[in-house]
Amino acid sequence: MAVNVRESRLGLFRDPDAVVNAVESLRKAGFRGTDVKVLTDTPYPEGAFGEETERHRLYVFPFVGAACGFSVGVLLTIATQIAYPIVTGGKPIQSIPPMIHVIYEGSMLGAILFTIMGILFESRLPDFGPTPYDRRISEGYLGVLVTKADGRADVAIVCSAKAGP
Amino acid sequence: MQERYELNTPKINDDLLRFPLHTPLWFWLVAGGLASVLGLAGLTYLFVLYFGLGLLGYTDRIMWGFLITNFVFWVGISHAGVMISAILRLAQAEWRRPVTRAAEVMTVFALATAALFPVLHTGRPWRTLYWAFPYDYNRGIWPDVRSALIWDPSAIFTYLTSSTLFVFICLIPDLAVLRDRTRGWQHAIYAVLAMGFQGTSRQWKLQTIAGILLSALILPVFVSVHSIVSWDFAAAILPGWHTTVFPPYFVIGAVHSGVSAVVTLMFLLRKVFKLEDYITPDHFDALGRLLVVVATAWLYFFLMDFYMGMFGGEEAELAVWSLRMYYPPYNVLFPIFIITSYFIPVPVWLFRKFRRNLTVMFWTSICVNVGMWLERFILIVPPLSFKQAFTFLWQDAYSPRWTDWILVIASFCLVTLGVLLFAKVFPIIPLFDIKEGQVLKQELRIGRVRVPAVIRE
Repeated sequence: MAVNVRESRLGLFRDPDAVVNAVESLRKAGFRGTDVKVLTDTPYPEGAFGEETERHRLYVFPFVGAACGFSVGVLLTIATQIAYPIVTGGKPIQSIPPMIHVIYEGSMLGAILFTIMGILFESRLPDFGPTPYDRRISEGYLGVLVTKADGRADVAIVCSAKAGP
Repeated sequence: MQERYELNTPKINDDLLRFPLHTPLWFWLVAGGLASVLGLAGLTYLFVLYFGLGLLGYTDRIMWGFLITNFVFWVGISHAGVMISAILRLAQAEWRRPVTRAAEVMTVFALATAALFPVLHTGRPWRTLYWAFPYDYNRGIWPDVRSALIWDPSAIFTYLTSSTLFVFICLIPDLAVLRDRTRGWQHAIYAVLAMGFQGTSRQWKLQTIAGILLSALILPVFVSVHSIVSWDFAAAILPGWHTTVFPPYFVIGAVHSGVSAVVTLMFLLRKVFKLEDYITPDHFDALGRLLVVVATAWLYFFLMDFYMGMFGGEEAELAVWSLRMYYPPYNVLFPIFIITSYFIPVPVWLFRKFRRNLTVMFWTSICVNVGMWLERFILIVPPLSFKQAFTFLWQDAYSPRWTDWILVIASFCLVTLGVLLFAKVFPIIPLFDIKEGQVLKQELRIGRVRVPAVIRE
């Protein structure tokens, strides 16, 4: 997601409790939940820092993908047999049991491909634009990012500084 | 899980990124050695292409030999990765953390190697394109979906694509760490691969859901792949192959050989990369217990296959079993396969002290895969060797030639080289998963003992 770097402030902390304090102070100072993000190198339990949990629609993607894969599988198995009709082992040209294998794999492949796309889309990746980030986050520091300081950068800095190490 | 080491983020990063960021001399020697064997195998196959498949020890009757045995074997190995990863993720088993990625990576390379063998086996690899894929619209020739030759590629293509993407999605957070730790061209490549991952709460939440959701989606594919591979045989009207028990028997056999291969891999990773703090005897203990159950389930299906052959009482079916058990060379291979697949390893795994002994676990896991390779050979070749009416002029037994041996040995080198190169470029143990385990770790005091525990919502 595109973030205005000039309007953003990133504070780094060592202690998870300090992050909780920082997020709380920022929210009390009037920053909206969606404008305060916590950056970590570890998946902490959801809501551990009091940050706002965002909704997603990932669960829709596999169903759409499976429907697309199913349709392609049906088309492929029917169309190829009509295009090149050879009687094999006395089976009908449109023989359902063997078609099921290909249709099943098509449906699963569609579901998985769409899920992958959904994960990337919902994670807002790829994001190659300039983003406020610090390499030390990979070394265990916890980042509190205020994405829209809107001229209140000093308030954000003070809130973060009060929170702790 | 009693053993838990205190690990902090810099230590985890240093330990697990040591190999991707620093190249020891042995890497070049080992990779060079493996690549040389692959080069030799490439030349051998060119030789086979030029002179024909007769160089592979096939006869008029026995047209499936080492290459198809190897195909089934590697498809089997490929099943462990996702099975272990997916089931343990879904079950939220804590001990999965250091195991999952290595298992998934082995899946990818084992499956890619497996997929190579039917193509090599055709003798005209370029033709497999229009046998398997619907592209030859100019000549109006389309694949025949009623043939098992189409089911296999569709299943393997789905499984390989899914497994590869699964590995990549779970790798993104670690790619971000590599991006932050590197400079220059390495940084540029890792930055592109990490796609701007920052580690926001939303991204972590989706990463966690992705692991579970993709596991749930890949598990049915995993079951279907080896079922479909078994139909290559079961759908043929050939005594010894034509049986309904094959799909579950193949799937459980795949899990047996695959989980054993994971034990082998974990042992080698621990030794080579000095990961004693991450891969502990507890992991081998847990895998050993899992293997006792899997091996016994596999034995049950093997006995069912045998029992149904006997129960049916068909002359041809009995003759195939007779060939497998009483005629050379199968009468020697048959007991070796049973003993090495089950009767050596399982009694050993029943004892905790052996399950926690890494050397014992390593050798028993190798033992299982020797047996499982022979199992596939005995399942596939003797039914083709069975002397039917009017075949008296044909040869008796399948006799592999040097070309077969080189291609089989090269397949092991290919998988090893693949995993080694992956480990050279990416962390083979997921950093974020280990770090999450440390975050969630707690110790509870119960009476006089302190018990490791994990916080879960």
